[in-house]
Parts: sequence; C-alpha cells; structure tokens
Amino acid sequence: MSSSNSPLPPEKLLQAQNLAAGLTQDQANWLAGFYSGIGFATGGAAAPAQSGAKTPLTVLYGSESGNAEKLSGTIQKTADKAGFKTKVVNMGDSKPGDLKKAENLLVVISTWGEGDPPDTAVDYYEEFMGDGMAKLDGVKFSVCGLGDTSYEHFCKMGKDFDARLAALGGERVFDRADCDVDFQASFDKWLDGAIGALPSAAVAADLQAAVTAAPTAAYDKANPYEAEILEKVVLNGTGSIKETLHVELSLEGSGLTYQPGDALGVYPVNRAADVNSILAATGLKANAKLGDKTLVEALQIEFDITSLSAAIAMKYNGVVGSKDLEAAIDDKATFKDWIWGRQLVDLIEAYPFKEWTPESFTEILRPLAPRLYSIASSLKAHEDEVHLTIAAVRYNSHGRDRVGVCSTFVADEVNVGDKVRVYFHSNNNFRLPESGDTDVIMVGPGTGIAPFRAFVEERAATEAKGKNWLFFGDQHFSYDFLYQLEWLDYLDDGILTELTTAFSRDQKEKVYVQHRLMEHGAEIWKQLEGGAHFYVCGDASRMAKDVHQALMDIAQEHGGKDAKEAKDWLSALRKEKRYQRDVY
Amino acid sequence: MKVGKTANEGIKDASNYLRGTILEGLANTSTGSLSADDQQLTKFHGIYQQDNRDIRRERRKKKLEPAYSFMIRVRVPGGVSTPQQWLDMDRIAQEHANGAIKLTTRQAFQFHGVIKGNLKRSIAEINEALFDTLAACGDVNRNVMCNPNPNQSKVHGEVLRLATDISDHLSPRTGAYHDIWIDDGTGEKVKVTYDPPKIDDIADEEEPIYGKLYLPRKFKTVIAVPPSNDVDIYAHDLGYIAILEGDDKIVGYNVTVGGGMGMTHGNEETFPRLADQLGFCTPEQAILVGEAVVRVQRDFGNRDVRTNARLKYTVERMGIDAFREEVEKLCGFKLGEPRDFKFEHNGDRYGWIEDHTGNFHYTMFIENGRIYDTDDYPLMTGLREIAKTHDGDFRLTANQNLIIANISPAKKAEIEKILEAHKMLDSYERSALRLNSMACVSLPTCGLALAESQRYLPDLITEIDEVIENVGLRHDAITIRMTGCPNGCARPYISEIGFVGRAPGKYNLYLGGGFHGERLSKLYAPSVKGTDAAKILKPIIEDYAKNREEGEHFGDFTIRAGYLKATENGRDFHKDFVEPELAL
Repeated sequence: MSSSNSPLPPEKLLQAQNLAAGLTQDQANWLAGFYSGIGFATGGAAAPAQSGAKTPLTVLYGSESGNAEKLSGTIQKTADKAGFKTKVVNMGDSKPGDLKKAENLLVVISTWGEGDPPDTAVDYYEEFMGDGMAKLDGVKFSVCGLGDTSYEHFCKMGKDFDARLAALGGERVFDRADCDVDFQASFDKWLDGAIGALPSAAVAADLQAAVTAAPTAAYDKANPYEAEILEKVVLNGTGSIKETLHVELSLEGSGLTYQPGDALGVYPVNRAADVNSILAATGLKANAKLGDKTLVEALQIEFDITSLSAAIAMKYNGVVGSKDLEAAIDDKATFKDWIWGRQLVDLIEAYPFKEWTPESFTEILRPLAPRLYSIASSLKAHEDEVHLTIAAVRYNSHGRDRVGVCSTFVADEVNVGDKVRVYFHSNNNFRLPESGDTDVIMVGPGTGIAPFRAFVEERAATEAKGKNWLFFGDQHFSYDFLYQLEWLDYLDDGILTELTTAFSRDQKEKVYVQHRLMEHGAEIWKQLEGGAHFYVCGDASRMAKDVHQALMDIAQEHGGKDAKEAKDWLSALRKEKRYQRDVY
Repeated sequence: MKVGKTANEGIKDASNYLRGTILEGLANTSTGSLSADDQQLTKFHGIYQQDNRDIRRERRKKKLEPAYSFMIRVRVPGGVSTPQQWLDMDRIAQEHANGAIKLTTRQAFQFHGVIKGNLKRSIAEINEALFDTLAACGDVNRNVMCNPNPNQSKVHGEVLRLATDISDHLSPRTGAYHDIWIDDGTGEKVKVTYDPPKIDDIADEEEPIYGKLYLPRKFKTVIAVPPSNDVDIYAHDLGYIAILEGDDKIVGYNVTVGGGMGMTHGNEETFPRLADQLGFCTPEQAILVGEAVVRVQRDFGNRDVRTNARLKYTVERMGIDAFREEVEKLCGFKLGEPRDFKFEHNGDRYGWIEDHTGNFHYTMFIENGRIYDTDDYPLMTGLREIAKTHDGDFRLTANQNLIIANISPAKKAEIEKILEAHKMLDSYERSALRLNSMACVSLPTCGLALAESQRYLPDLITEIDEVIENVGLRHDAITIRMTGCPNGCARPYISEIGFVGRAPGKYNLYLGGGFHGERLSKLYAPSVKGTDAAKILKPIIEDYAKNREEGEHFGDFTIRAGYLKATENGRDFHKDFVEPELAL
C-alpha cells in the first residue's frame, strides 16, 4: 500500500491499513464511503473525491487476450476512487496523436509472439514509433508491460512504449513494471506506486488499491471453480496422427456465465512422471516439507516445472553459480538454440547441483500458470456447460518424450466425473456482430474451430438471419474433420450457409485455408463490402499471417486496390471490429 | 416404356442417362458421401459407396460421419490384363485405394477404400490404363467373363474376342461416363466400334439398346469352354457354351439364359436358379442373340418389384419356349437344337503347364482373390516384380485366382525365381478344399453384409481341414463357398458346401450343390454358428470318406446318403427342407 503521499500520521495510516486488510468488496466500498464522509464531516479540503476539480487521467491499453483490457478497468476504478477523472482508451480505437492532450497517462500493453504488439494495436504502435509522432512534453506517465518470460522478447511492447514516451518528452513518474504470466502481484504493486506518484491521491485510493486483488465474483482466476467433466472424447478418427479432445464441463450451481468468444482458463496438475524426473535430477525427496505441503504436492500443483527460458536459467544459476552455465547463458544465440525443445529438467541434468533445499529450488520456479482455451460452446445451446477443443501436445526432443502440461493433463490425467479448476476469461476482442443480420466469415483450422462452434451455436439459438460461412482445415478429411456431423446438420438446416474445407494431406499438393480463401476471393470480397465480419482463430505463427496476406491479396485482386490501399482497408476493417482474431 | 414402380426406376428415369447430380456431389467437400439417388447411379459407373462398418459407432461418438469410401470395379472382359495394366492397377491401389487389389468372382479388379476426393483421378487413371469401370455394376450388362484356359490358345483367343465384342456391344452409350470422369475437354463419347443396332421405339439415340431406363436389374454374361465350367455358366443371366469340333475349332455356342444366385432371406418368392439352354447359334450370330436376350429382358422384365426383376424370374414366368420365341422374333432367325458337351469341373487347374507353342502358364491360388502384402507373404510385391519383366499377360480366373500366362521360355527361369523369392511358387500347396474355396468381400465395407465372409472363411477352412486331413481327403476337391448375405456374389448355392450369412457369426449351411456347377444346393441347417460349422460337417465328411463310391463327389454323396433332397430347379430351392439332427 502506498503511503508516501498520505496526509495521515504513520500511526493513523497503519490503523487505516489494518482496517482495510482482508475486506470484501462491499465492506471496502462501504469503508471508502465512510472515510469520504469523515472528510466531508470534518470540513477538511483534502478529499479530492468531493472537490469537483478532478485530475484527468488517461489509461491507454493494447490488449490481445483481454488481460490488459481488464486491468485497465481495475486502474480506472482505483484511480476514480483516488480522485482522478479517468478515461480508458483502447489503442485499437484511437490515434497516438491524441496523447498530446493527456496530462497524466498510464499504459498497459501486452507483448505477443516474437515481440509483437497485440493484433488490435499494430497500427497504433507503428504510428507511435514512427517519425511523424508529435512531442509529448510534460505528459506524466508510467507503463505496465504484460508478457511471458519464456519468450525471448519479454515485455518488449512495454519497454518500447516506456522508452518512446520518455524520448518524446514525457515525464516518467513511476518505474515501468514488466509482468510475467502471473501478473497480479506485480501489477498491484505497480498500480499502487503509479497512482501514488501521480499528483492526486487519497486514503480512499489506498483502501481501494488494497482490495483490488479481492475477488469480484464468486469464482475467478485467483479462486477457480472446480468443474466436473461431463464428457471427454478424442474427435480424430482412428488412423489420425492428431489427438484433438472435445471436453464438456459442468457449470451447474456455479452461477458462472460466459459469451461466445470468451476463453476458459484451466489449471493443470503436473504429471507424476515430470515431478519424479525433477526430484531425481535435483536429488530432493518427495516427502520433504515445503510450507504445509509435501514437496511432491507443491511441485504438482503450485509450480511450473517444465518451462525453460534464459530468465529461468539465470535464476537457476543465481543459486548454482556455475561458471560453465554463466558462459553458456552469455552466448545468447547458442543458448537460445540449446533451450529450443528442452525443458527445465534438461538444465538441471546438464548443470547439476547437490545442495538444493525445497525452498531454494522452488524459489527459482514460476507458479504453475493456467492455460487459456477458446470456448467451443454457447450457453444458449448447452445450459450450465462449457465445452473446449484441446489439441494434446506430445513430441520427442533431445531423446525425451515431452508433453504440453495442460493439454495432456486433460487428455491423460482426468476423466469423466473428475473435476478441473477453471475460470472464465472474457475476450471483448472476439465478439459476434451486435446484429444477427450481419454476415460472418469464420476461418478456424484445427483447434481454431472452437470459438466458431460457439458462434454458430449462438447464431442458431438466436435465429440470426445473417450468413454464416465457415472455413475449416486440418490434415485428413477422413480422420480430422472436427465436429463434422454437427456442421453437416447445420448445413442441412441452412444455419451454416457455406462450409469450405482444406485438408492438407489428402493429396500430393498441400492445401490450406488461405488457398481456399483465394479461390473464393470474389465472393469474400463481395460479402466484406456488404458489411460482413471476418474472424480468424488458430495458429498465429503461420496460418493467421497467411490468412492476413490472403485478405490483402483479395482486396487487390477483387477490390482493385494497390498494396498500400489494401493495407489501409484491412486496418480500417480492424478498427471497425469487422476483422477480429483469436490467435495463439 | 412405362416407368416401373421401384424407386430405382424413378431414379434412372430422372437421371438424364445416368448423370444425376454426381458432378455436384463430387464437388461437395463437406461430406464423403454422395446423395442417395446418386449412389444408385454411380453403380452404372462401376462405383459403390460403402463405409467401414467396424467403426460406425466409434465415429458417431467422435462427431464424424461414417468412414465413407468407394469400391471401384474395373471391367476386364475375359479377365485379361497386360503387364503394364497390372502395374497401373497396382499403382492405383497404392496411391488412391487401401493398398490392396481384389480379384472378383467375375474376373474384374476391385479397389476398396477410395475416398470421394480421389474418385475422379482414380477413374481417369484406370481409363488411361485402357480399362474402364462403366457398367461394371448397375442394371446393365456387366463384365463379360470367359474361360481363360491358356492350354487352348486358339480357342481362348476366339472366346476372348467374343467376350470383348459382347462387352463393347452391350456397353451403355451415354456420354455421362465421359462427362463426369474423363476430363479431356473434348466431351467425346465412348467410341462406337461396331454398327449401332437399329433404334426401336424404346431405345433412343443416346441409348440405342437400353433406352433411358436401362434394364430392370443387373445382367451378367459368361462364356464357357468345356470341359471347364469355371465361369459357372448356370449361375448367369446369359451364357455361351463353346461347342468344339476337334481341339481348336469353335462351330458355335449353346446359349443359356435365366441363371442367377441372389435371393432374400425369408422370401420364398426369391430363389437361386440355374440357367436353361435356349438353343444353338453360330459364332456369327452370337452377338445378335445376346442383344436380343437383353432386349427381351428389357421389355418383359418386372420393373415393379425389384426382387423379382432379374432375367431368371422373367424366364421362369414366361417359360423358356415363349422366351425363345421373343428372342427369335428380334433375331429374325431360329436357334438350333443345343449340341452335346460335357463339363467336368468348375475349379481351376493349378501350377505350371506348357502349351503347344512352347509358352508356359502358371496358375496360382489367390485366397479369396485378395492381393496384398503381409510380412510372411509379399504377394503384391511379387506380382509387381513379375509384371515389370513379364512379356505375356495376366488372366483373372472366375475362381478369384490368377494365371501368369504366356511366359516365353526365355523368361521362365527369371519369373520362377521371383515366384520363389516371394513364396508364391507353392501357392497351391494347400488342401484341395481350400483351393476350391471362394468368399465375397462382405464386412467391413459391403453395405449388404449380414456376417463376415472373406475375413472368416480362411479360418473356418482351417478347422474343417482338420477333419479332412484326419479322414485322408486332403487331395479330394470339394467346393466350398461363403457369402455375407444371400445375394450370392461367390455363387454359394452351386457349391458342395455353402455358407450364407444371416446374422453376425451365423450362417445358413447349404449342401448338395453339383461339383461342376450343374445342380443347386439345398438348405441343410439354418442359422448355424460359424464356430459350430466344422462340428456339424464332421460326421458327414467322415461318412463320405468311408462310404463314397468311386469318383463320387461330395455334393452327390450328400444326396445319395439322404442328408437332403436334390434341388431339381430353382423354384424348388426352398422345398423339402428337413430339420437335421446336428452333431453338436
């Protein structure tokens, strides 16, 4: 809790802090009002919340999965309580030039893939970093970056915005935070500091900040719901090399709801085999105590024991102190290659250390993060249920069988009747059109099909009149046509207007969805010109890029645009929220 | 002509000469199926839609449609294939089908497991290999069979030419086949290599013989050369028995009509029937007589009841004399009295023979006509290697076996070496029972199958062989045939032991068929378990071994010994059944 700018004497402040700790939302709100009332009753002038002369604050976010967007909402609430007049701005809906008017600026932005901005912030980012960007002299700012330390360009967007804002003449009032996957604690700390550092604050703000981490619904990320598995089936037919699971979970009695386009966070449990190999490599004992748990329990549930990154290696060597490892890490390019396809256990085996304690070892580990899966169902079609489409990740590298922790947890470790810990993750960047009359084109190869099953179910249940055109692709027609029977029924019923498929391995030449898009370019162009929404879900590294390119090509071939115009057209489409992506 | 009452008549009528909506169905990539009506029409194109029945339930659970695929039957008049054609079929089986070739009971090649997306290229490639699939199935004259006997090369040459000429003459003329499958852009119709017959009031320019309704039911034609009845002349709609003067002069043919195997369980109006002798014709008259038989069946066949539509019922209803009158009316001449001839067997003569020109022929046993590789028996590879060097031809026999024919003396040693290297040299060193066995395809792909057939008969024979060996009958030929349903593809009702599927694991057991196909069998025991079959046959076979007369065949013995009554003609097939006391 920030106290640097508190008008209270330390003793009073401590009392206030103690009072605030552990409150529920309702209690905190009441208390905030109560304290405001004190300010008013004592006739003091120190309570800006009542002064009417609020300080303007701009909260700017760039969000891909919805985290940055959600945190912006938290900032707004906290800042409003602290007496700011807060305006939340999505990079996808605005221009960098508008920042000139901002006096106070807080930025939350996530980093994707190889250090890329969120899909919705691509144009904003380019313009902001470009030569034509106006000076921002005197703008007070602080930046919070969201990222994942397993990636090389960790929080690159946060760093870029932070440096650029300073270079443009802004005044950094609080140091940037670089948040890892488990961002909540770092974020809370940053928010507390940044709000405090801006020129307006009140006790109420501290109180509010103290409870931001408290649950706002019965279940959330910090307090996941234990959902029972109702059904689990591998969708791929015998003969396929793929393993795509369809999983149905019960929400009965939880009061939880979601919308098509949302994702479900699933907490995995590490596999016994992985825990055992870590224990063997470290020489730690399974029944050693760690807090109130045994080490084996803690390693199964609490810690990420597979991911390996340069950051983890550095933390590891902070304890081990190996000269060899230090040298290896310093040779960045070679080390990056070494990490590729390897996991934590390989590091431990390559640079062994005999003096681990449960505490020293687990301190280098990150908490076991949940995995997000795009939801494959609509509540309107499946009351009290949520469905997922999960590809089980299994491969062999460097002589060891490896698995995706969460996908194989679902595939191998739990069955119908078991419970998994889940929470809902809203994604406002992937939504059906508001009007059911609007046509939609959906491109979802592989597990990218998931949200479109939800979309089509929703459109069927709401009797939407717009056309629904689905592009699906996978390896083999005979084995890998996910949800085929459902699509055939939707075609028969006229709900699915058209279904276009691309099966890459049924013939000599590889055929992918982008090829099918090009083949149907004229009709796609026509529908987009007629107001259709275009959705893409699935693989980010190749498919989404190829589909993006196909759209540019279609604009040129069928819309008579040149390359620059095609790019602008697609940017405009994105701004209008008619081109939305959920890619990973 | 009035369109008959059966559904198939309406489909043919509306099909525009077998086109239907096949092209549209092929373009639909959402399903591996064609429409129900088109599935009837594709039979005329040599294509049956099937699905893998073993995995229907599993696929439904996986939300996948049944594993649809297509069986393609290649028309091979007289069963003769060049080595190059063999290599082409081998390649098509590997690239587009399930990797195996089936030699049918009617001297055709069959491919299984061709998915819809590969149909067009498969059929195009079959045509490039100078075979076709037109009329391989459907209500038309199908593949014309003839005795492949290499020992009488002059006679064989002549009957093969007749088989080819009849096949050409009775081929549908519709341009549909070309339009759908052969994409050379010319739209040219199948070439007419003979004088088109005159057009009557039913036929038309597109189909000068059939007219747009084609025949009421399938129509099968064979040519036999005594003393071999390998083609089972009495089991077919139209037959020609070559009448020889001396060793190598064909003076004419005894024409037979009205044979057929198919029946329906529980419907005594349906029955297998042996063909009647219609009369004698000269070689020059043979084609015209054939066309006349087709046209009488076209006009007099029952188009209102499909189970009563085969020529055998037409002949049964009209009587052979009235039928002959109609044929002679169309021919414009009288048929002669049938000449004498003698059949001795309907099986194949295995092993090597040398003909009078000095060429060699090797007849090998192919169990149930299935050509595929196993680790123990690389049959398909061996035949491919032979085809690469062979300068003669391959002949498919009516018993699903294969003759490597016309091996020049210079090539014999090389081919013998390949045979030996692939364990094919002793293909016929099996019990005479196994060498005289036949089974249809049945499960898992045949939609009509009620019980296993080709996957089961080899095991059942192994059980019966124990009995056979014990009583010293290893070298005594007994014909044994199995089909998965009562339609009779493996001609079970004229074998000495016949099994016809009723339900999974259960068969009707028929006994008493004539050794050279001259007499129908009769039901001995209904719905016996396959696992009980050897036990039931044991005392009968022991009795036969002990009490048979010199040269007496098993079928004849079972009648003489009173196990059952002889079936004198088809309409009596279901009569005189006596519940036996089974040895269980």
